[in-house]
Amino acid sequence: MSFTRRLLATGLLLGGTAFLPAAAQAQGNLVVYCSVQEEWCRPMMQAFERATGVRVAMTRRSSGETMTQIRAEATNPRGDIWWGGTGDPHMQAAEENLTLEYRSPRLSELHDWAVRQAEQTQFRTVGIYAGALGYSYNVTELNRRRIAAPRCWADLAKPEFRGEIQVADPNTSGTAYTMLATLLQVMGEEPAFTYLRALHRNVNQYTRSGAAPARAAATGETLVGITFLHDAVTQKIAGAPVEIVAPCEGTGYEIGSMSIIRGARNLDNARRFYDWALSPEAQNIAGQANSYQLPSNRNSAIPPQAPRFENIRLIDYDFARWGSAAERTRVITRWEREVRAGSR
Amino acid sequence: MGALTLGRAALIGAAIGLLLAPWHGLENGALAAWPRGEASPLLALLLDGSRWWLWPVAALLAAVAPALLRGRAPGLLMMVAGAGIVAWIFLMGHAIGLNGLAWKGLAPLLGAPPPQPSLGWGALMVLAGGVALFSAGLAARGSFGADAFVSFLVCGSAFLLILFVFVPLVTILSAAIYEGDRFAPDALAARLTAPEAWSLACVTTHAGCGVVWNTLLLATLTGVISTLLGLGFALLAVRGNVRGAVAFRAMTILPLITPPFVVSLALIVLFGRTGIVTGFLWENFDIPRSRWIYGLPGVLLAQVLAQAPVAFMLLDGALRAISPSLEEAASTMGARRFKVFRSVTWPLLKPALAAAFLLGFVESLADFGNPLVLGGDFDVLSTRIFFAIAGARHDPGRAAALALLLLALTFGAFAFQAWWLGKRRYTTVTGKGDSGLPAPLPKGLKLGCSLVVWPWMAFTAVVYGIILVGGFVRDIGRGDMTFTWRHFLTGFEVEWHNGVDFRGSAWDSLFTTIEVAAIAAPLTAGLGILLAWLIARQSFKGRGTLEFMTMLSFAIPGTVVGVSYVMAFNVPPVELTGTALILIICFVFRNLPVGVRGGLAALAQIDKSLDEASATMGGGALSTLRRVVLPLLRPAIVASLAFSFVHAMTAVSAVIFLVSAQHNLATVYIVGRVEAGEMALAIAYSTVLIVIMLVVVLGIEKLVGRAQIGRRAATPTTMHAGA
Repeated sequence: MSFTRRLLATGLLLGGTAFLPAAAQAQGNLVVYCSVQEEWCRPMMQAFERATGVRVAMTRRSSGETMTQIRAEATNPRGDIWWGGTGDPHMQAAEENLTLEYRSPRLSELHDWAVRQAEQTQFRTVGIYAGALGYSYNVTELNRRRIAAPRCWADLAKPEFRGEIQVADPNTSGTAYTMLATLLQVMGEEPAFTYLRALHRNVNQYTRSGAAPARAAATGETLVGITFLHDAVTQKIAGAPVEIVAPCEGTGYEIGSMSIIRGARNLDNARRFYDWALSPEAQNIAGQANSYQLPSNRNSAIPPQAPRFENIRLIDYDFARWGSAAERTRVITRWEREVRAGSR
Repeated sequence: MGALTLGRAALIGAAIGLLLAPWHGLENGALAAWPRGEASPLLALLLDGSRWWLWPVAALLAAVAPALLRGRAPGLLMMVAGAGIVAWIFLMGHAIGLNGLAWKGLAPLLGAPPPQPSLGWGALMVLAGGVALFSAGLAARGSFGADAFVSFLVCGSAFLLILFVFVPLVTILSAAIYEGDRFAPDALAARLTAPEAWSLACVTTHAGCGVVWNTLLLATLTGVISTLLGLGFALLAVRGNVRGAVAFRAMTILPLITPPFVVSLALIVLFGRTGIVTGFLWENFDIPRSRWIYGLPGVLLAQVLAQAPVAFMLLDGALRAISPSLEEAASTMGARRFKVFRSVTWPLLKPALAAAFLLGFVESLADFGNPLVLGGDFDVLSTRIFFAIAGARHDPGRAAALALLLLALTFGAFAFQAWWLGKRRYTTVTGKGDSGLPAPLPKGLKLGCSLVVWPWMAFTAVVYGIILVGGFVRDIGRGDMTFTWRHFLTGFEVEWHNGVDFRGSAWDSLFTTIEVAAIAAPLTAGLGILLAWLIARQSFKGRGTLEFMTMLSFAIPGTVVGVSYVMAFNVPPVELTGTALILIICFVFRNLPVGVRGGLAALAQIDKSLDEASATMGGGALSTLRRVVLPLLRPAIVASLAFSFVHAMTAVSAVIFLVSAQHNLATVYIVGRVEAGEMALAIAYSTVLIVIMLVVVLGIEKLVGRAQIGRRAATPTTMHAGA
C-alpha cells in the first residue's frame, strides 16, 4: 500500500539522526580536519592509524573553509582536531575560544618560533611547520622577454613587470595577507602602501587561492607568482622551469598550526594525535609527500629541497599584532580602498 | 481513503514511536542499550522524569485515542492534537538544547532541565503521526474533497518543504540583519546598497564595477548568446534538412553530464597564456599572448558551452511542436519564405525563446564552478558569497545580504518572463487534425545558421577532446603530452590480495557519490511527481503557496543552500550535519523543482477526463493516482530520475560545506585537486564521472526509449512526397 511506502520514505528522509558515525572500535575514533594538500593529509592519517590503531576520519578543506566549518559547528562540534593550514585562522580560532588549551610534553623539542606562537595563544595552537614567503618566476618567459632576474621585493614594482605578477587576494587568502603584513613590517606602513600601489599596476590577477600563483608561474600563465616558497618548490620538483626567490629586503613566514577543537568528542585521541604529530617520525612524512615546509621539531629531518631558513633573511614577524582580527580588518580595508580600487 | 483509516494509522504509528522506538538520535547507531540509556523510548524517559516537559505529547495522543478506537473521527480534535504534537516537540527541541536550557527567558517555567540531544526514530514516528492526525482532521472536516490521502500528501509535503527549504533559508537570511550578535536593521540597508554591489566605477575608470552589474551582464550575455546559438542549432536540426543527427544528439547530452568547471580547465589548456591555441597563434602569426580568458570572456565562453545545448533542446522541442498549417497558410497567401519565418514562425517561438533565455540567465546566476576557475578579477555574486563565508574575512551578514540580492535577481527574471509573455496565446496545436508540412528554412538564414553552428560544434568537440586526452598525458597544462596511466592509478588503483583492495585516493568519494545520487534520485522523482499531481489535479487552498515553495529552491544559489543547511541542521532538534542523509536531503530538495516541472508538463498532456472517468467509476484519489496517472507518467518519471541522478553527481557549490570525513563527494574532491594545481588528476577523475553518467543516461534511455517529442515519425517520407 502506497501509504506505508510514503511513510517509509518520509521516515528515511527525517530519521537521519540514526545515521551517525559508525561504531567505535577498540582504540576509538578521531575526526581530523586537515588543511594541507591532500597528498600530505593521507599518508599522515595512515601513519597515525598504523602507529596507534585509532580509526581516523579525515576531511580536507582549505583553512578558510575549515574555519567556517568550525565556527558553524561551534555549538556542537564534529571535528576533534584541526591539523595544518596557515597560522592566522588557527590564532583567530584561539581568539574566538573555539579551540582548547593543551601543553604537549613535546613542546620542549620544538623550535623557538613554534613555542612562541603557542605562548601567544595560551597554548591553544602550536606550530607544526613554517614556510617563508617569497616568489617564483618562470625562467623561459623571463629569457624570452630579456628581463633581468628579480631578487628583491622592489624589483617587482619595476615597469618591465607590468601585467606579469600574480598574487592572491588578501580577502580570501591567508598567503596574501601574510604578504601585506610582511611588507608593512619590512618597509613601514606608508612606504609599504606606496610600494603596493606601484605593485598593483603590475599585477595581472588577484587569485583566490594562495598557492595558485605558484602554479601559474610554473605553466607560464604569469611571469612571477608571489607565494610561500614551499609551494614553488613543489612546482620546481615536478619539473617546472621556475626559479625561487627569497626577497633581499627580508621576508615574513607562516606557521602552519594545529589546534584541538573545543568540545572534541574524542579528546584523548585528539591529544594522542597532537603529541604524535609533533614527533620527528610524523613530521618526516612531509618530505615524502612533496611538501617542503620547515618542520617544527628540532629533531625532524629537513627535506633537502626545502628552502632553508638559514639562507633567507627572515624578519621578526609579530604574529600577535598582525594575527589579531582588528588589525587584519584595518589593513585589508585600507588595501582595498587605496590599492585595489586604483587603476592598473 | 477515509479520515478514520488515516487517523487510526497515525495513532498506531505515533504509539509505536512513543512506546518502543528510541526517542533520541543514536550516537553510534547502536541499539544495544535498548530500552534503556541513550536508546530509550519516550515512555521510559517520561516515566523516569528526565523528559517531563514532553508529557503534553503523550496527553494529546491519549486525547484522540478513545474516539478513533470507537470508530469516530472527530475533526477538530484531531487537527488540534496533530498540530499540537508537532509544534510542541519542535518548540521544546529549540528551547532545551545540548547545553540544557537554550531560551533563558523560560527559566522560571522550566528550571534547569538536563541537556536534550537531537530527535531520533521515535520522535520521527510521533511527528509523522502528528502530521497524519492533522491531515485526517482536515479531511474529516471536509477539506481536500474529504479525501484523507490527498490531505496527508499536501500536509506532509508542506511539512517537509517548510523544514528543508523554508527554515534553512530564513536561518541564513536572518543573518543579514545581525551585526555579530547585535540586532541591526540599519546594517542590512548598508549591506544591500554597498558600493561593492552597485558601484559603476568601471564605466568611467579602470576599476571594477559592482558585483551586481557584473553578474547581470554575464547572465544576460550568457542567456542571449546561448539562446541564439540554440536557435541556430534547432533551426538547422528541425528545418534545415541536414544530416548529423548523432552530432546534434551528442551536443545535447554532453553538457548535462559534464561536472562544472571541467570545461573551464579545458579552456585554460586551450586559450590560457601558455595554452595550445595561444602558443600556436603566437609562433605562427605573431599574435601576442594575452590573458583574455581570465575574466568575463572566459566565464562567458564556459557558460555558453554548457547552456547552448540546453537552449537547443528547448527550442528543438518548440519548433517541432509548431503546427505547420499556419506557415502553409502564409505561403499559400503568397508570402516568401523569409516573410513566413519572420511573421509566423518567429512569433510562435517566443515562449520557448523566453524560456531558453530565462534558463540560461538563471543558470548563469547560480553558476559557481566556472567563475571560480576562470573568473580572474571578474567577481560575480555566487563566488563573492562563497568567499564572504569561507574567505579570510568571515562575514556571514555580508554573505546573507549578497544572497538576498542574488535571490532578487532570480525572482526578477521569472517576473520579467511572466510579464513579457503576457496574456497572449501561443497555442497552435488544436484538436483538429493537421497535415501541413513545415516550411524549409530561407536560404540566407540556413547559411547563417550553418556558419555558426558547425564551427561551434567543432569547438565543442575540441574542448571535450582536451578533457578526454588530459587524463592520459603527463601534464597537459604544460604541454607535456607523454602518455601515462599515472593519474588514473593515483585515483583509481585497485589491488588484488585477499579480495579487492581499493587503494586509489578517489574511490571513497566515488562510492559515496554514486550511493548518495542513487538514493536521492528515486526520492526526488517520486516526491516531484506526487507534488506535480497535487498541484495540477487537486484544488485546495494554498495550492499556489505549495507550488511557490517547491520552485523556491531552484532560485536559491547552491552556496547559500549549503551554508544554510550547516547553520540550520547542526544542532538539535534536527541534527544532520556530518551524515550522508544531509547530502541526500540537500539533493532531493534542490532537484525537486525539475521533477515537479517535468511532472506538470507531462500531466498537462494527459487529459483530465481520464481522472474524471476513474472518479466516476468510484476510484478514490489514491487508486486514480496509482492505476491511471502513474502508468501514463512513466516517461516523465524516468526523465526526472536520470536528471536528478546526474545533477546529484555534478553539484558542487551546495555540498562543499556539507561533505564530511566519512562522506566526501567526487566534485568536492575534484575542486580540491584543482586548488592544489593537480589539473591532470582532476581531469582524469572528471573523465571517469562523465563515463559513469553517460552509461547511466544512455542505459535509462535504452530501458524506456527516448521520449518522442515530434508528432509525426514518418516525416521523411511525407517530405519526399510533398517535395
